[in-house]
Amino acid sequence: MNLSLLILLPLLTALLILLSKQLAQIRVIGLVGSLAQLGAASWLLKLYMDQRAAGNTATYLFETNTTWFKALNINYHIGIDGIALAMILLTSLIVVAGILVSWTMEKLSKEYFFLLVLLSMGAYGFFISLDLFTLFFFLEVAVIPKFLLIGIWGSGKKENSAMKLALMLMAGSALVFVGLMGIYYNTNTFDMVEIGKMGISLGVQKFFFPFLFLGFGIFAALFPFHTWVPDGHASAPTAASMFLAGISMKLGGYGCLRMAALMPDAAHSYSWIIILLATIAIIYGAFATMMQTDLKYINAYSSISHCGFVILGIGMLNKTSINGAVIQMVSHGLMTALFFAAIGMIYSRTHTRMVAQLGGLLKVMPFISTVFVIAGLCSLGLPGFSGFVAEMTVFMGSWQNPDGVYRAATVISAASIVVTAVYILRATGKTIMGPISDEHALLSDATWNEKLAAGLLIIGILIIGLAPFLINQLIMPSTDFLMINIDKAITLK
Amino acid sequence: MSSNIFILLRQELLLSLLIFILLFIKIGKERSNESILNLINGLLFVNLAAGLFGMTEGGIFNGMFTTNAFIVLEKNILNLAMLLISMQSYAWLKNHKQLAEFYLLLFTSLLGMFFMISSGNLLMFYLGLEMSTIPLAAAANFDLAKRKSSEAAMKLILSSAFSSGILLMGISFLYGTTGTLSFDVLTAHISNNPMQLFAFILLVSGFAFKISAVPFHLWTADVYEGAPVAVTAFLSVVSKAAVLFTFTTILYKVFTPIASVWYGVLVVLSIATILIGNLFALRQDNFKRFLAFSSIAQVGFILIGISGSSQAGSASLVYFVLIYVFSNLAAFGVVSVVSALAGKENISDFKGFYKTNPFLSWVLTIALFSLAGVPPTAGFFGKLFLMMAGAAKDNYGLIIFASLNMVVSFFYYLKVVKAIFMDENEAPIQKLNVPGITKLAMYICMAGIIITGLASLVYDYIYSLSIGI
Repeated sequence: MNLSLLILLPLLTALLILLSKQLAQIRVIGLVGSLAQLGAASWLLKLYMDQRAAGNTATYLFETNTTWFKALNINYHIGIDGIALAMILLTSLIVVAGILVSWTMEKLSKEYFFLLVLLSMGAYGFFISLDLFTLFFFLEVAVIPKFLLIGIWGSGKKENSAMKLALMLMAGSALVFVGLMGIYYNTNTFDMVEIGKMGISLGVQKFFFPFLFLGFGIFAALFPFHTWVPDGHASAPTAASMFLAGISMKLGGYGCLRMAALMPDAAHSYSWIIILLATIAIIYGAFATMMQTDLKYINAYSSISHCGFVILGIGMLNKTSINGAVIQMVSHGLMTALFFAAIGMIYSRTHTRMVAQLGGLLKVMPFISTVFVIAGLCSLGLPGFSGFVAEMTVFMGSWQNPDGVYRAATVISAASIVVTAVYILRATGKTIMGPISDEHALLSDATWNEKLAAGLLIIGILIIGLAPFLINQLIMPSTDFLMINIDKAITLK
Repeated sequence: MSSNIFILLRQELLLSLLIFILLFIKIGKERSNESILNLINGLLFVNLAAGLFGMTEGGIFNGMFTTNAFIVLEKNILNLAMLLISMQSYAWLKNHKQLAEFYLLLFTSLLGMFFMISSGNLLMFYLGLEMSTIPLAAAANFDLAKRKSSEAAMKLILSSAFSSGILLMGISFLYGTTGTLSFDVLTAHISNNPMQLFAFILLVSGFAFKISAVPFHLWTADVYEGAPVAVTAFLSVVSKAAVLFTFTTILYKVFTPIASVWYGVLVVLSIATILIGNLFALRQDNFKRFLAFSSIAQVGFILIGISGSSQAGSASLVYFVLIYVFSNLAAFGVVSVVSALAGKENISDFKGFYKTNPFLSWVLTIALFSLAGVPPTAGFFGKLFLMMAGAAKDNYGLIIFASLNMVVSFFYYLKVVKAIFMDENEAPIQKLNVPGITKLAMYICMAGIIITGLASLVYDYIYSLSIGI
């Protein structure tokens, strides 16, 4: 299968949306387009597993390499491994769910769906890129739609949040760009595969790795550059929140992982800083969430904490922890998208997101309440849901590191789960249990499109939670490949 | 020999022909403005198309005038910009009394630029420069009823005269120390001689004036604000581009022996230019002033590319200028239409613009994104390639500075986008009836912004023609 299909499908959908006239048409095109993406991604999964089962041990499958800017040695080089494929599947699931929950969006609907689809195109392009220039290109493609989505359709102080998010993400990409320049002028290529083979000299790694890691880290809400997350997520319209937390923050995590694999020596020598920052993010995020009264802020701050696990897993630099980081990315993407979807459903009915003003919703909207509880339980890491598998793997991985400081970081991070349980249980309890206020007593439950969206995401969560070996099968061989370089670097020390 | 002149001077002769046709139109019988405008736009199109045919290399007048495929390409870019500006000023010129004179002035200026770009001798260069500057000062005065317009003209002519004086002084010092003005001969005589360095600094200051690099930028904002939008567009795109092309040629051709000196000068200039341009652009409300400062910052980025002094350096310069033509002219086009039809030129007037004019809003937004350097617009590639060319000198401090400044510039471009899409306004600009030909120009710009970047053909083509040190 030609991977460019993953870029062309959203592009085609976006163009068709531009050409269509009525709301009904736009919705149907958006849904069909996103379903086609999901179909393509699933088909890709099947082909990928077939190839692997047939004994294909190449690092990247379905590679295509076309010259783009010949004079500058920039290539349009695409290909996927298991990690990228997991991200692609995650993206396609969230896109479908996002389109479904925006079904009733009437304000400037054409522009809205157009930008959503454009955002997904950026994400697909990012995950399939093997050339750093192409990667960077798609990373930035995804920034502008976010700015417009939040600024136009958002709520609260939306302009400020949109501006803050756009500027911080742009600053992130500026740092990434500096790092890319450093790599380019020391290897004369942007090709990740080639760079991986030839390696980068130690001095260059040490100087440029911080730029790249911090740059991508801003996207992944790395402490102390997480401040765009709460405002951005809270002001965004529902689908945009889902995309932001579910897809966009994963661009950062994925980028950090790739950079760590590309510059293993630097990653190893800086790992204590990475782990320190991740631990702070985990603890700080959890405690900050305790103080929040707005449901969206609760989820946004908890995202900082959860994304900290991704960074922690990468910083520990061993096979299990990196596996855990990847699973955590997928799991957090699904879970947080589900959470935002549920919050959006509640908000569209009650017109408030304040925990204090809500209560007893289980009586009038059993479906939405159940979804809300499932998202909450997944977030606090209850066995059976994906959150447990992911966090457990990260902890098992990080415990393998015998160094005392790293052990301490692991223990502290693990302790944050207790805090998570407190805020999640408190928020769910207050929102769906207890007496219901009179004005909320006549509200209706989820409509078909909302049920479908939530159902899709829940299926994803349960598959990872109940059958973790499936996702492990997909990503393990690829983490093995990543580890070859990393192990070499560590044993050299 | 005589036929050779016709081939090598093809673009200049055609432009002169256009000027004569305009003169005849002026003294001929009374015609409606619309018919004249359509005729001129048609002629400009022919002029652009004629430039695309066969490119020969050669020099005439004892090497005073040289041309090659690269120079022809640069002239074609200027022709394209001229055509776009003309198409976009339709609404403004339709009711203007001195229509023919306006074009006469701009064409004469363009002709001067052509000679300047092609010059193989500092004398020829100076001649072309003066020929291109003086008509522009008159053109800046073309909003006849506005005081600000005459103020702009006055400021432009005074500062131009000043910078020309400095330039001329530099040229005479060079002549005094080397005894020649021809580019080919000069190179061999250039060394670290203090007199020559002084001459070089004077020369660079003169150039910096024309491209409004900091600290020689002070005239820019006032002139841009006062002059009619079409002239502002011409000043900020065509005139700047022509001087930049010539500047690069002279640096790469003549001053090669002291490359390390001008590398340092360029770095300092570009840092100051980007920083000051950005900081001042942050606080502007008048759209033309805003674009003036943003264009100052853009020049700073261009200087980074030039400082790379490789083949990629000059290629990325021409590539960026081509993109800059599309994106800046798209922005100026919208401002021009709004200014001509609604009489408004402030950014705060654009609040709620999207509700009444979605087409113009998208054009402006995409143009601003391209200026900011956001993919998938061509501006992204343009800026990146400039910085890549600069980074080739391992000057990572400069690259870090420039890329962080891109974030600052991003902020002010986004502020305009925010006004257009997000801010509420009780009385937004009413729905404007954009003339068909202006719309066409905007479509061309949009197509340019998308295609120039994504289709690598354009860059590869420019790269194949360009030369480094």
